[in-house]
Amino acid sequence: MALKIGDYKTDVHNDWCPGCGDFGIVNSIQMALAEMEIPRHQTAIFSGIGCSGKTSHFINVFGVHTLHGRVLTFAQGAKISNPNLKIIAVGGDGDGLGIGAGHFVAAGRRNVDMTYIIFDNAVYGLTKGQASPTLKLGEKTKSLPTPNTNYNVNPIGLAIASGFTFAARGYSYDIRQLKDLIIAAVNHKGLAFVDVLQPCPTYNDINTKDWFSGVDRIDETTKKAMPRIYKLEDTDYDPVVHYSDETELNQKKTQAIVRSLEWDTKIPTGIFYKNELITPYTRRLTDKIPNYIENPSALQNISKNNVPITKIDQILDSYKV
Amino acid sequence: MVTDFTWMIGGPQGSGVETAANIFSQVFSKMGYQIFGKREYYSNIKGEHSYFAVRVSEKQIRSSIKGTNMLIAFDAETIFRHADDVLENGIIIYDSTLENVKVSDVITFDNDFKERLGNLLKSKNKEDTVKGILELASENGTSIHSVSFRSLLAELSEKLENPRIKNMSRMFNVLGVSLSLGLLMIPSEKLTESVNSIFSKKKSIAEMNVSAANFAYNYATAKFENIELKFEEKEIEENTLLLQGYYGTALGKIIAGCRFQSYYPITPATDESNFLETNEILEINEDRPGSTLVIQTEDEISAIGMAIGSSLTGVRSATCTSGPGFVLMIECLSWAGINEVPVVITFYQRSGPSTGLPTRHGQDDLLCAINSGVGEFPRIVYASGNVLDSFYDTTQVFNYADVFQVPVIHMMDKFIASSVTTCQRFDETKVNIDRGKLLDEISSDNYRRFEHTTDGLSPRSKLGLENGIFWNTGDESDIQGHISEDPVNRIQMMDKRQSRLDYILEKIPESEQIIKHSEGDFCIVSWGSTQGPVLDAIEMLKNEGISIGFVEVKLLQPFPKELLKKLFSNSKTIIDIEANYTGQLGSLIRQNLEKDPDYYILKFTGRPMTCTELYDTLKKIVNGTAEKREVLTYGA
Repeated sequence: MALKIGDYKTDVHNDWCPGCGDFGIVNSIQMALAEMEIPRHQTAIFSGIGCSGKTSHFINVFGVHTLHGRVLTFAQGAKISNPNLKIIAVGGDGDGLGIGAGHFVAAGRRNVDMTYIIFDNAVYGLTKGQASPTLKLGEKTKSLPTPNTNYNVNPIGLAIASGFTFAARGYSYDIRQLKDLIIAAVNHKGLAFVDVLQPCPTYNDINTKDWFSGVDRIDETTKKAMPRIYKLEDTDYDPVVHYSDETELNQKKTQAIVRSLEWDTKIPTGIFYKNELITPYTRRLTDKIPNYIENPSALQNISKNNVPITKIDQILDSYKV
Repeated sequence: MVTDFTWMIGGPQGSGVETAANIFSQVFSKMGYQIFGKREYYSNIKGEHSYFAVRVSEKQIRSSIKGTNMLIAFDAETIFRHADDVLENGIIIYDSTLENVKVSDVITFDNDFKERLGNLLKSKNKEDTVKGILELASENGTSIHSVSFRSLLAELSEKLENPRIKNMSRMFNVLGVSLSLGLLMIPSEKLTESVNSIFSKKKSIAEMNVSAANFAYNYATAKFENIELKFEEKEIEENTLLLQGYYGTALGKIIAGCRFQSYYPITPATDESNFLETNEILEINEDRPGSTLVIQTEDEISAIGMAIGSSLTGVRSATCTSGPGFVLMIECLSWAGINEVPVVITFYQRSGPSTGLPTRHGQDDLLCAINSGVGEFPRIVYASGNVLDSFYDTTQVFNYADVFQVPVIHMMDKFIASSVTTCQRFDETKVNIDRGKLLDEISSDNYRRFEHTTDGLSPRSKLGLENGIFWNTGDESDIQGHISEDPVNRIQMMDKRQSRLDYILEKIPESEQIIKHSEGDFCIVSWGSTQGPVLDAIEMLKNEGISIGFVEVKLLQPFPKELLKKLFSNSKTIIDIEANYTGQLGSLIRQNLEKDPDYYILKFTGRPMTCTELYDTLKKIVNGTAEKREVLTYGA
């Protein structure tokens, strides 16, 4: 029986603020899972802490709501032990790029085959609107007593610099595109990162839905709002690293980082960078442990009738007096 | 005939002191002797002083003694630091070119030591040189054997017609141990065999070292004055192994089926992870090869986070760390607690506070292991006393974790990690595996991860199991694992988890909670690696007709207070022995038994206790001349 979107929804009450951008992300994940027809028990959502952390409770697959900043550590441990699982990790931008920045960078270096989605709204919502790592220097969102004194981090740039082999940006009010980006991320062979611009209607009064839609920018001739967001797929931008060559690699990385810096009047979404020529972590493990894929930790028998079946006599013999 | 002998070699870190000691230990173990070796070193890569003391004996030994029978030194610092520690009728073999080195020439001395050494030499009217301190040793009855290590190399170089050898001072270690074996008249084929096995990875290097070893050995037999020491070759006890202390937990993990270990480098825990990775591919009875995934992470937070993630897939998972790493794991430990995730933390303690004495021994993290956490949740803290115990205990702590669905902290320490001992071969047939309520199959679709049951333990699903979908959260949750702040649910969930502490005490057999080694009016209570020196000291006293009781507490959380009370009931005087400042087990006894141990014997210099120190102090206690709190200080 084919799975429908409804099969991926739980009946847990969703307590996000009305108009929250997070709703679009949850819907996109559920749509993506249904479209890919991934069996529910083969999927796990790992989440961090904050409003976005609750995501795992709303999706009817295994849900592991972890700790602030630590989501990637739990998720990688599970994926490495059981490579058959489809794993999507989610968290806020403070979670992943503030308290969890060290894990973010280390995860890039490993390139474990899974997806990480950041709900990026430039504020710490659940603790009532403090500045988060993606808020621009000098900006003063609603609940800040004084303007932000920190420079912002560039999530796409940091991901690429850290070794993520897929980096995309979505917008939570463009569910169709976001769903497609999530599918592309899940299908990517390696660690995929999706940065989702997600207006916080309660605390971010600068980057609002209207702001993204360009309500403040009326075209003089058409009298219509000029949206800030545009899609990379509508341009001739090519994110894919096609061959193993330093020039090609550097060019694709550089163009992605340069594009990701566009802001204010033109904000690109879509896939910035995709490189399947870097070995995923699975491959690196298979190089050391030839039957890792067929017989990963989670599938190994360790006992028979409560008796251990691992043989250590050879090791012990080598220490025999 | 010699029945108990301590040999020591010292030198700068990186000069192969450990290799030399391994050669010595192998030779004597193959002669049928029991071995207890301990390694001391600075937090340093190259240049600081390190030494290795190996005690050999005819009978079972579990600790070091105070003093050395034979000291091998190819650098001045070793002579300065240890010469006056050589016992009566002891021996020093040293590099004669060092004779005129002054105390002030040794740049690695800390000022405090330099001052103490200066004062000692001055008070004895000796010049502040190697010569001075050797004169002092000689006056104390030590026989001194001098030889120029450099000339030995030059002669060897000429003999082998290999000019490179002349400058190979990195072979001083092999020269030193071989000189000592020659002097002790140990059969030379034992030396050759051992050198070959230790350098077995590279044939040319093995050959060169064998030549050097034999050359030095022959030099000693020909040139050194004969000494009155004789070691008889004995039959090797069947099934004897010569092991590094950390092999116990590593091999315990392998046989217990631990298939995932994540770690961040930290002394003295890392060796265990390296061992697991070196042996990552496993031979399995009647099955394809298995494997242990050993993952080096970016920090200890990630190490435990990954281990928990792995455990959620049903894999027996662990991390291995020391104090400064453990404290970073606390939030994740608490998460494992509320989510009832079995995970094992192997905790190789060193001496704090903070980074403290990073490469030295200590038992000062017991209360930290028991109490660190966000809020209240059940955990097990379990301690092992030696390498053999740690093997079986490791297999047990995985059972505890699975059966009781709690994180388990397995307390080990630097003393065990860096000792080398002969030990009975591990008996795999004694190991059993109990995975508790872990499910392999779920047929119905109404699975609830935290379902209430009569014993408080819910059947456990794993990621990937059909019909077994569950949720976890660090927030309080309902039976499905969804967030709940309901006060009634809160009470039920707290009861569910916390009632496990009583359940654990009820289910773990008493013999696994506390070991009663002996009985007496005076009763020692201790935990962890003090076991070795305590048992040896008790034996020394027994030879004098003094019998002392000893209970070793292995289960430290939940605390087996009723059992301990029972075990104390026949003793008049309780003596708490620990390698820390405050007597942490003592504080648990005060808290749980409302009883203050009568005496505390404590050591916190970072150097392990010797049986001789304990013997002296216990005797004072028996004679009624001890203070309530006795502090041990021995060791360089």
